[in-house]
Amino acid sequence: MSALLPLTVTGAEARRRGKTLVGPVDLTMDGPGTTVVIGPNGSGKTTLLSLLHGTARLSRGTITWNCPLEQARAAQAFVFQRPVMLRRNVRDNIAYPLQLRGTRRPEARAQADQWAERIGLGDMLDRSAGALSGGEQQKLALARALILKPELLFLDEPCAALDGRSMREIETILANAKAEGTKLVLATHDMGQARRMADDVLFLLHGRVHEARPAPEFFAGPDTAEARAFLKGDIVE
Amino acid sequence: MLDVWNGLAAAFWLVVRLDPDLIEITLRSLQVTLTALVIASLIALPLAALLAVRRFRWRRAVIAVLNALMGLPPVVVGLVVYILLSRSGPFGVFGLLFTPTAMIIAQVIIIVPLIASIAHQSLRELWTDYHDLLISLNVTQRQKMQTLLWDARRALLTAALAGFGRAIGEVGAIMIVGGNIDHVTRVLTTAIALETGRGDFALALGLGFVLIALAVTVNLVIHGLGRTEREGRW
Repeated sequence: MSALLPLTVTGAEARRRGKTLVGPVDLTMDGPGTTVVIGPNGSGKTTLLSLLHGTARLSRGTITWNCPLEQARAAQAFVFQRPVMLRRNVRDNIAYPLQLRGTRRPEARAQADQWAERIGLGDMLDRSAGALSGGEQQKLALARALILKPELLFLDEPCAALDGRSMREIETILANAKAEGTKLVLATHDMGQARRMADDVLFLLHGRVHEARPAPEFFAGPDTAEARAFLKGDIVE
Repeated sequence: MLDVWNGLAAAFWLVVRLDPDLIEITLRSLQVTLTALVIASLIALPLAALLAVRRFRWRRAVIAVLNALMGLPPVVVGLVVYILLSRSGPFGVFGLLFTPTAMIIAQVIIIVPLIASIAHQSLRELWTDYHDLLISLNVTQRQKMQTLLWDARRALLTAALAGFGRAIGEVGAIMIVGGNIDHVTRVLTTAIALETGRGDFALALGLGFVLIALAVTVNLVIHGLGRTEREGRW
């Protein structure tokens, strides 16, 4: 069904002030399911996601989608580690992307109400988004990303600051999105979450893809010593 | 001290009697300043938003100049506008000198930098908050500006009120370009200057208190309409 994938990345590099943050990275991404990106702090997870999403500048190499770039950008959404809350109420926050694309306000709000219901914020529609708890804000951000029915959703450690219950609620929402055909690319620190969510694993180290394999194989026994150490919980540098 | 009491008494009687002259110049003050405020806001707010979201070569210079122009001396603005509008000036054919329109032009010039600078400050902060999300959502330049202006509207109200405060209390520029002509361009501040010069301190003070009351009332009304400072709102 996807017009967006496969995604082909060749020799992609992100440099800032002469320092290479990510790359060179070569990879292809295809098919449904969830790709989980893991790796130590500073290994370039966030930068890689931004590169793919098109919000970080590509210093070298190419990133090619199966459709024109503009179409590709429109079919993606991004959820940040720290959710960005518009200074509006919950309903208008969720409706915002629809309104950007020209949906009329009453229609956008009606859809936002449905989404708020689905993610369990149905009784907080008129609360200002800034007053929500961390978990509620992240759920709002998810609904705001999913309301455009993206083919591909990037998630940058969406549960980093959340407790177990919020994490479970968010994983449920993500599982539903996946069931409806959205491809997920999830960066995470939480190995439990990685095991629960992953269909494929990208293990990043020093800005490069160190190991890329289907999840069952990876978790059964990584090829590389660094990945094995990382899985065991050792400190990898 | 006696002068102050006499001034209060004079102000009281002016208001109670609904003095027709007082009403006329008060309404003219309001008309000139509110018109100038609306025009200045229409220029300054989009400018502030543009400076917040757009990176261009002279951006820093423009911001620095705007900040510097906040302290623009009204007398100088008045002088320049006077020269431009006078018979021999480039806009002399319009015959605008010594009309309320000339006063509005002068006030717009005075408060645009003030409103734009204050507005830019708050829009810039909001932009750092919103940046990642709006870039990710692929918004156009115009949508960025619209979103920022709408979501910062309460902070922008403060910027506009600062502009209103500067304009309603301003005398130097409107005295020069308006001429303080009775029933044509006389407003509260120029009337105060006139009465002080004539030695009628009670009347001058009375007008002064009316002016202060007017400024406070307009601020309260605008705050009331904007529903600022209410719980659970930005």
